[in-house]
Amino acid sequence: MSAAQGIAPRLSEIWVYLTATPLLGLTLTLLAYQFAVWCYRRSGGNPAANPVAIAVVVVVALLTLTGTPYRTYFEGAQFVHFLLGPATVALAVPLYTQLPRLKTMLLPLLGALLVGSLTAVVSAVGIGWALGASVESIRSLAPKSVTTPIAMGIAEKIGGLPSLTAVLVVTTGIVGAIAAKPLLNALRIQDHAVRGFAVGVAAHGIGTARAFQVSEEAGAFAALAMCLNAIATALLLPLLFGAFTSFAG
Amino acid sequence: MLAALTLLLLCQLVGEVLVQFFALPVPGPVLGLILLFAGLLVRGRIDAPLRDTANTLLQHLSLLFVPAGAGVMIHAARVADEWLPLTAALLGSTLLSMAATALSLKFFLRHRARKAAQP
Repeated sequence: MSAAQGIAPRLSEIWVYLTATPLLGLTLTLLAYQFAVWCYRRSGGNPAANPVAIAVVVVVALLTLTGTPYRTYFEGAQFVHFLLGPATVALAVPLYTQLPRLKTMLLPLLGALLVGSLTAVVSAVGIGWALGASVESIRSLAPKSVTTPIAMGIAEKIGGLPSLTAVLVVTTGIVGAIAAKPLLNALRIQDHAVRGFAVGVAAHGIGTARAFQVSEEAGAFAALAMCLNAIATALLLPLLFGAFTSFAG
Repeated sequence: MLAALTLLLLCQLVGEVLVQFFALPVPGPVLGLILLFAGLLVRGRIDAPLRDTANTLLQHLSLLFVPAGAGVMIHAARVADEWLPLTAALLGSTLLSMAATALSLKFFLRHRARKAAQP
C-alpha cells in the first residue's frame, strides 16, 4: 500500500473528528476575521473593504467548498456570537466617558432617535412590501437596524424569522458602515457627535465599530444611538405590528 | 481583566433574569448595559481594568457579527427569490434612516442654540 492511499482515509477520519468539536468553527471565524482585517488595512482603511463582509464571504466560501453545514460551523462560532451580550453591556463604558457632552444634548438626541428609528422601520417595511417581499421577509426586515441579539428577539416576537433577521442586520451594518462617509459628507454633516449618532441609529454595532475607527467621540455617540435605538425599537415595534395586525385583520 | 469580565457577565445575567421575571420588552443585555451605566453613575468613576476590558471587546465588535452573517447560507434560496425587495429595502432604509437622523439632530441642535442665543 502506498503512503498516499494510507493518508487519505486518515485525513478524513481527522476531519470527521474535528467537525464534531467546536474547535474548527471557532478557529475558522478568528482566522477569517484576521484575514479580513489585514485586507482592510492593506486597502488603507477603505470602508468598502468592510471586515465583516470579507470575513463572512471567506467563511461561507470555505463551508460551501467543504460541504460543511452551517449548524456544524455554528457549534464552534457560537462562542464568538455569545460575546455580543457582554459587548453590549460593555458599551456602558464609552457612554459614561461621554456623559458630560451627552447631558447637554439629551433632548435633541432623543428627538433625532425617534425620527431615525421610525424612518428605519417604516421605510424597510414599506420598500419590502411595495416590491413584493413575502410576509415573513417583511416581518424579518422590520428590526434590521437594531443590533443582532436584540433584533432576533424582536423578530421572534412579531412573527419573523430570527436567523434571517440576523443576516439582514449584518448586511444593514455593512451597508451603513460603507455608505456613512460619502452620505454624511454629501449632507455636509461635520460634527463627529452627529455623524456617530446617525451611523449608530442606522447601522448598529457594525456602524459603531466603524465610527470608533474614525474617532472616540463618533464611536461613543454611535454606541449611544445603538443602545437607544435597541430600546426604542424593542418597545415600539411589537406595539406597531400589534396595532397594524388588528387594523388589517 | 477577569474581575471586569465577570462584572460584564453579571450585569448581563441580572438583566436577563429581570427581563424574564417581569416579562419586559427590552432584551437582557440592554438592561445589563443600563445597570452597569447606573453603577458607574453611583460610583462616579471607571476603574482601569473595566475600561481596558470594555475597550478590548469593543475594538473587535465587528468580529462578533461574523457567525450571524454567515447564516446567509441557510437562507440562500429565499435571498435568491426575493433579492430585489430585500436589497432595495436594506439599501433604501439604511440610507434614509441615517440621513433622517443626521439632519434632524442637526436641526434640533441648531434650533436649541438659536433659542439659547436669544436673551
